[in-house]
Amino acid sequence: MRPLFLTAVAAVSAMGRGRDATLAALCNRRSALAPCDFAALRLPGHIGRVAGIEDHALPPGLAGFDCRNNRLADIALRCDGFAEAVADARARHGAGRVAVVVGTSTSGILSSEDAYRRRDPATGALPEDFDYARTHDLFSLARFVRAALGLRGPALTLSCACASSARSFIDARALIESGVCDAAVVGGADSLCRMTLHGFASLGLISPDPCRPCDAARSGISIGEAAGFALIERAEVAGGTGVALLGGGATSDGYHMSAPDPTGTGAAGAMRQALESAGLEAEAVDYVNLHGTGTRANDAMEDAAVVAVFGTETPCSSTKAWSGHTLGASGILEAAIAVLCIRHGLMPGCLGAAEPDPAFRSRILLDNMAAPVRRVMSNAFGFGGINCSLLFGRAEAAR
Amino acid sequence: MIEVFVAGAGLLGPGLAGWKASVPVLTGNQPLLAEPPALPPPALLAPNERRRTGIVVRLALAVAAEAADMAGVPPAAMTSVFASADGDGALIHAILEQLARPEPQVSPTQFHNSVHNAAAGYWSIGTGANRAAICLGCGGATAAAALLRAGAEVAAEGAPVLLCLYDAPMPEPLSRVRPNRFSFGAALVLASRPGPRTLGRLRLDWRCDPTDAPSVPRLPALLPLHAENPAAGLLPVLETLAGGTACVLALPLLDGQVVVEVAP
Repeated sequence: MRPLFLTAVAAVSAMGRGRDATLAALCNRRSALAPCDFAALRLPGHIGRVAGIEDHALPPGLAGFDCRNNRLADIALRCDGFAEAVADARARHGAGRVAVVVGTSTSGILSSEDAYRRRDPATGALPEDFDYARTHDLFSLARFVRAALGLRGPALTLSCACASSARSFIDARALIESGVCDAAVVGGADSLCRMTLHGFASLGLISPDPCRPCDAARSGISIGEAAGFALIERAEVAGGTGVALLGGGATSDGYHMSAPDPTGTGAAGAMRQALESAGLEAEAVDYVNLHGTGTRANDAMEDAAVVAVFGTETPCSSTKAWSGHTLGASGILEAAIAVLCIRHGLMPGCLGAAEPDPAFRSRILLDNMAAPVRRVMSNAFGFGGINCSLLFGRAEAAR
Repeated sequence: MIEVFVAGAGLLGPGLAGWKASVPVLTGNQPLLAEPPALPPPALLAPNERRRTGIVVRLALAVAAEAADMAGVPPAAMTSVFASADGDGALIHAILEQLARPEPQVSPTQFHNSVHNAAAGYWSIGTGANRAAICLGCGGATAAAALLRAGAEVAAEGAPVLLCLYDAPMPEPLSRVRPNRFSFGAALVLASRPGPRTLGRLRLDWRCDPTDAPSVPRLPALLPLHAENPAAGLLPVLETLAGGTACVLALPLLDGQVVVEVAP
């Protein structure tokens, strides 16, 4: 594939709002996870909750889209000059030539959860003020982002569980390569809700302690919330991030709905595709940002996949002990982290992990490492057996 | 401009029992007898997984299998685009009811089946298709968005793509915010070149300033289905492929349009 330059990127998670806060959290090795205090749920485990969502107001003209997920998206759009960079792209290409391709697993379902608690006791009807199409509906996110940025290109919401926002880069790439648009806003948002907290608890996948990806004694995930966006386009723009998407790959396991194929074949396939599409060998990758959720099954599978593709020497780690597993938003959050790693020569070591699983053969970093980072492979996998790998690299090598 | 060729089709809806049986209906040569489609458990899944599938997954898998079979393209050779505005509304409703209780009980199977890409997941489990699956939910514009995305995939990658659209009625009370009385699924296999079984050629383009009125089915009997079921947004294209004359259709996507030039 031809590289796509990241003109701008912005992300918000429990680590903080925007690049400086996220970088500081990574450098200071400060986890944002705290005991679950969401919606008065009596659930064990920790969460990565973004402070201040409850007080955030959407722009007046878009108040109809108000829900936790779109508030989180709006916070991200206001970080790091993202909306301004999109306004410039709109002027460069025309509003109709900039697509919005965003991913979410549950969109604004929290609004439906709240509405179901306010049903009319006599008729069962949902409250009058409940707006399904602009909250719970998956398309709500793409519509909101497109309207907030004043764009008029095609808009898509994609939803493939925890690979959603990672996949958005690949979906937008096809639109750009086929000539449908010249640039795209990609990324997505997933926010805390009862559905995912209870759902993962029912699967026994919630860690009682803050998650510890890759640790010998890891015992599950901590759920977080995040939103993030990237503006991608064919030509490099002055003042851009200096980072490009060099390759991307996606596969399906065809194995089980909620358990990964333990051999890691599908995950390895996605990473190989990403390398092939970039025309690069495994040696060209300096760091692998793992999906690394902290479940026994995911981390073991991913170790096997990484070793199959990269061998045992390429440094890898998961950043989910900082942010929690932000589900469909993890891909864009970790893309923003990959940009920071490349720009600042940083490889974050797994936070909270005392010792890597002795069965693992990949090179798991436990401490932060300072070294030049030219290229990062970023993994995201999801229920339904969806695997997605993105390869980011310094823009100067892609010119 | 994207150009693709339709190598196969699958269809299930009220009075539309498979693509082949529906051609005389879509061309107006047979009346539409609007009986709900039969949705047998998918034969391509193992018995334990078959039992867990709701009607939405059955709908999707049935039309996907019909289209792949007609095209003669093995599922493993295709990237897929699965698209549905509402996914499994019955399942989401059951979970939402639980979550409104003081002690919610969400089962693991319910939860993993609630992901929007469940149908794509079962398709890959059942057929061994391990290429990428693209899963979209774009409200009332789902058919237009998915057709554009599938066409872009063919244009960018060259390999054949399975496009599978499906939507089913939501139960009360969600049916009041998303009224739709019909189950409907449609699938197309899109290829970059014409083959011996090609049904027609599609040229796709994005137009941000709409010039044409949104297309609707020619058959009046299909209008309620088209108006209510987001997946049925593809009906004008299907009607033309079934035996119409070449035409230009406009499928609305927010304030723009996906323009579809159909040459059967």
